[in-house]
Amino acid sequence: MSTDAQEPRTDGGHALFGPMATGGEASTRRERAYRLYDIYVYAPASIMWNNWRAQVGTFLILFFVAMGTIGVHIYPEPTYGLADPYIGLFESWEYPLGTDRAGRPIDRQIVHATPPMLQMALAGAIFAVGVAVVVGVTSGFKGGKVDRMLMTACDVMICIPGLPLVIVLAAIFEPRSPFVVGVILAIDGWPGLARALRSQVLTIRESGYVEAQRAMAVDQGTIIRKDITPQLMPYILINAAQTMRAVIFESVALYFLGILPFTVTNWGVMMNLAYTQGGALSNLGRAGHWLFAPMLALILFSFGLVLFAQGMDSVFNPRIRARHAKTVTTDEESGQMV
Amino acid sequence: MGYYLERIGQAIITFWAAITITFILYRLMPGGPVESMRNQLMEEAAMEGGEIDMDRINRLVELHTGVNPDQPIHIAYVDYLMDIVLYQDFGRSIWRNEPVFDVLWAGMPWSVFVSFYGLLLGFTANVLLGALMAWWENTRFDNWSSIIATFLNSVPYYVGAILFLAVFAFQLGVLPRGGRYNEHLDPGFHLPFMFSVIEHGILPIATGFIVGFGGGALAMRGNSIRILGSDYLRVAQLRGVSTARIATRYVTRNAILPLYTGLMIGISAIFSSSIIMELIFTYPGVGWYTWGALEGRDYPLLMGIFLFYTFVTILGILIADLTYGYIDPRAGTEGRQEAY
Repeated sequence: MSTDAQEPRTDGGHALFGPMATGGEASTRRERAYRLYDIYVYAPASIMWNNWRAQVGTFLILFFVAMGTIGVHIYPEPTYGLADPYIGLFESWEYPLGTDRAGRPIDRQIVHATPPMLQMALAGAIFAVGVAVVVGVTSGFKGGKVDRMLMTACDVMICIPGLPLVIVLAAIFEPRSPFVVGVILAIDGWPGLARALRSQVLTIRESGYVEAQRAMAVDQGTIIRKDITPQLMPYILINAAQTMRAVIFESVALYFLGILPFTVTNWGVMMNLAYTQGGALSNLGRAGHWLFAPMLALILFSFGLVLFAQGMDSVFNPRIRARHAKTVTTDEESGQMV
Repeated sequence: MGYYLERIGQAIITFWAAITITFILYRLMPGGPVESMRNQLMEEAAMEGGEIDMDRINRLVELHTGVNPDQPIHIAYVDYLMDIVLYQDFGRSIWRNEPVFDVLWAGMPWSVFVSFYGLLLGFTANVLLGALMAWWENTRFDNWSSIIATFLNSVPYYVGAILFLAVFAFQLGVLPRGGRYNEHLDPGFHLPFMFSVIEHGILPIATGFIVGFGGGALAMRGNSIRILGSDYLRVAQLRGVSTARIATRYVTRNAILPLYTGLMIGISAIFSSSIIMELIFTYPGVGWYTWGALEGRDYPLLMGIFLFYTFVTILGILIADLTYGYIDPRAGTEGRQEAY
């Protein structure tokens, strides 16, 4: 960004995001920061606001993020024997979701399991999206041998079933930190996105302004960084949401089955204890809420992430946008930016 | 022809890569199984005092992991590769005390059985529901189905499995709680046994259905809608082609094409998920052994399970790939752009 003023610029093409979207010079640091905010935060947010899926999705995600950051400080930690064991749903106003076998309130357990899960999801998404962007953009832009090699690597990874690989890795490394668990769980998350990004880059690189940049001998790294990657932001965001969902799904499953060591709290750990210690399946009346409350939290969170991804998709996907603009009028149409 | 050779070559490369990954994890990783076992034995020897007998420790490691630590690494790698490819020898399971291949071979038909039907049913439901939603676009049916499909998409399959188990097996008691068939029956080609197999398979297959169902219906809907607006359909209508023919031959067939590629990823997903599914339903297929292998630190079995799932997935994807040419004549024409 600092070398902005000296660099040759093109006049062709248009971009949804990135420096091309506004053009103009930004001299002071403050103006540049404002411009970045405007391009990457304000514009997408204002588009999203007109789409109900994105709205509900964002609301749910923010709710869980708030739970993991602020909620942990409001609700004290659940301790053993805080209340009577096996209080049912809504039986006591103090503990609306009831308590488990050791008298720990379920609602507090759910809240206190959120931060490590958010850390896992974040680490997984950053890892998978990072690898996918590097592989996909390089492959699409370079073409030729590099493309073939990277895409073969992608296809190999797509064909290797993810969960067995994750289980093998988890067994060998016995990860303890939520960040490491997140990265291991997302190890198979990148090839699909890398392929999708590659095909996007293939179309962008044919566009006039990229060709002009190459004609002016702008170096490839700069083209990739400034002209190509910003246009991929919607895809990256959508896939980050999907990767987070996958990481959370898998982490809860593996903790539920007891495959990952119980070093952090997790909704899956709660479900495991409800199943093994509470006998929740054979005695739903006694321990059912212990099993189903974390499940419900899981479904809500993932519903939020799915809605967010879908909302972003219908806002940014030009195909859907074009179709809606031409044929039908829905609430989504008012959110178009063209 | 080149397309087929390329696909088969790709499958072979993938399997080779999987074998190499297991070898590296197993043998070379710091803190991997072999090293941790040797460290543990050395510590024990040091605790007992006296001299550390490296020969004895190496022999013990070999006994427990099937790995000879004295062998140079490249020779060990070639041996490992040859054993698996030529003799289907995955080593010996410590937990079951029988060759890994025999353990997996016995569980394989059951895993494939439930996974295959789950995926097939899920895929069919996707196509039907997606096509209907597109046909009645923006009606109440479409809107509700979209929301329900999205919601189902965000329910993890194993949550579905647990709910099925709680309701149908424990509360209502209409379906068995686990196992592959009624243990009191002789396995054989007779009706009570076959009925028992189906009865035990219903819940696992229903779980696979959730995995296969996924977001496919919405993708199918999107594809169909895109095709419904295209010009050649209008021409077909003007030519007087019947609605039924337009719906099946013109719209559905073209809309399925992109889903077919999704089916490949679906194959990988369903075999991945079957580990968790089999553990929940205590269905002794291949995945069910994962638990015992993890508990008993039975690395040969664990690696065998991983390689088995990789092999089945690669095979499924290869079949899908090779038949894709029949479904979509345009296949194999991509990848012709200029290289920078």
